[in-house]
Amino acid sequence: MGMGRNQTRPIPCVKEGKLQMATTIQSLTTQNHRKRDRERKIIRGLTFFFALVSVGTTAGIIYELLKETVLFFQEVSILEFFTDTRWTPLFASKRFGVLPLVNGTLLVAAGAMLVAVPLGLLAAIFLSEYASERMRKILKPILEILAGIPTVVYGYFALLFITPILRDLFPETQIFNAASASIAMGFMILPLMASVSEDALSAVPRSLREAAYAMGATKFETATQVVLPAALSGVAAAFILAVSRAIGETMIVAIAAGQQPKLTLNPLQSIETMTAYIVQVSLGDTPHQSIAYKTIFAVGMLLFGMTLIMNIISYFVTKRFREKYE
Amino acid sequence: MDNNHVVLETKNLNVFYGNFLAIKDVNFQVFRNQITAIIGPSGCGKSTLLRSFNRMNELVPSARSEGKILFNGEDIYDPAIDPVEVRRKIGMVFQKPNPFPKSIYENIAWGLKINGFRGSKSEMDDLVEQALRGAALWDEVKDKLDQSGLSLSGGQQQRLCIARAIAIKPEVILMDEPASALDPIATLKIEDLMRELKENYTIVIVTHNMQEAARVSDYTAMMMLTGEGERSGTVIEFDRTSVIFTRPKDKRTEDYITGRFG
Amino acid sequence: MSTLTALRDVTFERNLSLRKLKGKIFEIIAFFAILLGIAMLLTLLIDVFLDGLPWLSTKLFTEFPSRFPDRAGLRSALQGSLWLMVLTAALAIPIGVGAGIYLEEFAPQNRITRFIEINVANLAGVPSIIYGLLGLGLFVRQLGLGRTLIAGAMTMALLVLPIIIVTTREAIRAVPQSIRQAALALGATDWEVSRDHVLVYSAPAILTGIILAMSRAIGETAPLITIGALTYIAFDPKGPFDIFTVLPIQIFNWISLPQSDFHGLAAAGIIILLAVLLSMNALAIWLRNRLLIRW
Repeated sequence: MGMGRNQTRPIPCVKEGKLQMATTIQSLTTQNHRKRDRERKIIRGLTFFFALVSVGTTAGIIYELLKETVLFFQEVSILEFFTDTRWTPLFASKRFGVLPLVNGTLLVAAGAMLVAVPLGLLAAIFLSEYASERMRKILKPILEILAGIPTVVYGYFALLFITPILRDLFPETQIFNAASASIAMGFMILPLMASVSEDALSAVPRSLREAAYAMGATKFETATQVVLPAALSGVAAAFILAVSRAIGETMIVAIAAGQQPKLTLNPLQSIETMTAYIVQVSLGDTPHQSIAYKTIFAVGMLLFGMTLIMNIISYFVTKRFREKYE
Repeated sequence: MDNNHVVLETKNLNVFYGNFLAIKDVNFQVFRNQITAIIGPSGCGKSTLLRSFNRMNELVPSARSEGKILFNGEDIYDPAIDPVEVRRKIGMVFQKPNPFPKSIYENIAWGLKINGFRGSKSEMDDLVEQALRGAALWDEVKDKLDQSGLSLSGGQQQRLCIARAIAIKPEVILMDEPASALDPIATLKIEDLMRELKENYTIVIVTHNMQEAARVSDYTAMMMLTGEGERSGTVIEFDRTSVIFTRPKDKRTEDYITGRFG
Repeated sequence: MSTLTALRDVTFERNLSLRKLKGKIFEIIAFFAILLGIAMLLTLLIDVFLDGLPWLSTKLFTEFPSRFPDRAGLRSALQGSLWLMVLTAALAIPIGVGAGIYLEEFAPQNRITRFIEINVANLAGVPSIIYGLLGLGLFVRQLGLGRTLIAGAMTMALLVLPIIIVTTREAIRAVPQSIRQAALALGATDWEVSRDHVLVYSAPAILTGIILAMSRAIGETAPLITIGALTYIAFDPKGPFDIFTVLPIQIFNWISLPQSDFHGLAAAGIIILLAVLLSMNALAIWLRNRLLIRW
């Protein structure tokens, strides 16, 4: 890459005619070269433009969210948005306190992490420290399938398989509840948690493991007391990424967790997450200028902000982790 | 050869990686409280031989060995013997310093803890200090024991690794080119330290640096690639270092030492 | 455990067998964590199959949605998914692969490049429903495309773009530097090196990434709901400017209905969706094993 770029630079010099050859060949070369150079410049420009599309996407997201959010806050005070404890923009008596939605989002995400973190971390340690090469080659792709299943399928599974079991175990469970969404989401996120953590564990230099073994440590002691602490920042990045994924997940909660924004910590109750609210409004035919239309952008802005912060933290944590061992 | 107490002895040792015979038919001894150097051209199996002594080779999945390695007369490759136990008694210092990303104190205390040290905090402090003094590092780090081991210079890190190894009181310390990643001054310090350490420990050192072998070791084992297509390493000559460097018996040893080889 | 008497040491309480036992227990627990994940996967698949198999019939492919379960089908949803996939691929592949080539082969090491790279990394972590809001605000409203296939495809293309860029870069990076140098030494420009060598050799890996990105697009639901892909479409979409629905939205719609017959239909739809995804993934694996150059 660096090499590739530098080596091409001298080529334009040829065009200036420094190479003294038979003039006919010289002119041919020059003409040929001009054409090639033009093609090269066009492609460079075009691909640069394509690369800029990603910047445009980010800018577009921020612009669209901000535009409607500003309109929203012309009608609703920021103070009400962040402190009111009721969220009823679709009712006659409208209240715009986003806290119940945030509460629902965090409740489901926390439940999902209760499933994904221990299982994912154990799976990562097993894959990186215990499994043979063959075992890893079989187990990893199977786990990855979990991440490839569409979320609408998890929603089906949560509502029609997990919820009935929960209702048998805890009769007070509501049909739509946070717990079943959490469990399904936890298994969906498990491969992400496992594979990012495993990358971190595998990045710990072999010399460190050897140092521990050379002192008479067992495999368990080496894995949990040397390798895991050394990979901790990488594991932390995996955790943050997983939380961010859980917060932004939509279909599972839209199907299984309900549409009742409320401030509760009881996972057996029906709640509503930020994402599920956006789906709820999108399903109805909401007029463009209405306040309900604006609420989904305001909620979306908050959601985007939350995940953005987490992605940035995870990005820098990962970067520092990589620097440590390179 | 004099009748010192033999701590380690290999008998017809062969080590394979898969089907590849890395070292073959190695026979030599390591004497108590002496420094034994293993020298030879690169790729001749010096590190493989060294790593056989504490069964670190087993961490490579395809590795397998034949023959015996006796430690105080008992075969460490006996199926009843646990490699963890072996490594506790035969410590190791690696080519590149590899302190744990923990505090200087924890780097040393950890080995004691996992090996079942049950003493009080002050006893632990004493042992940590002892180990750091033993590695000639105490004066440089005594005021910053809670700093990361990674904050030290390369030479200090390597001495920390030596301190870590001696803290659990092994009988033998294996050193795999311990100074190759260090500058000349740090190297000198490590070499001085080795001479001190041999009062209490038996040291086996792999080095590609013949001057270093001549400076620090009492005995030298010369390794060379031999066999079909010269692919398997073996010890071609083993003797007192003074003999190896002045009156080698093997022509190949002489060529190598005088620089006519490789 | 040990017979090595010389290794016994009085100053340490070694208790190696207990330490080993702890390790063994931990290993078993860790293995069970993986097994639990796999068991959950199997449970999910079996549950869906048991629910959906009775409803799986050719009628699903020929009938439009209906409020009578025995007459309901996925015809418009399947066609919508196919349309959407083709349009998304047509938009996302050139842009994604192009951006990947630029970042890996042409981009100078400067702040603009760093900024683009951070952007791509961040976009990969943006929740899909946010893309839906972008599509709703920008394509549906501002560009006035309405709730059409093209608006959906543009939204989906932006969503899968980071995946294609990242996999393209990885594929390109796997081509050894020596190949580039050999080509440059023959007087090729950097674009010629990319076009005739780097892209050719990395094509199987790039293609694998594209298939994975497309399988992500085909299963996505949330952003399309947000831009307003309707759930009841009783005609065949004819072109990019028609309104549409897709397979996962129709499944979602059936799950949301209270009658259990519709849940059976939803499960049958899921079986079809999973079968499509499975064949795409199998294709990706086959491509990788068959065509990938191992340097």
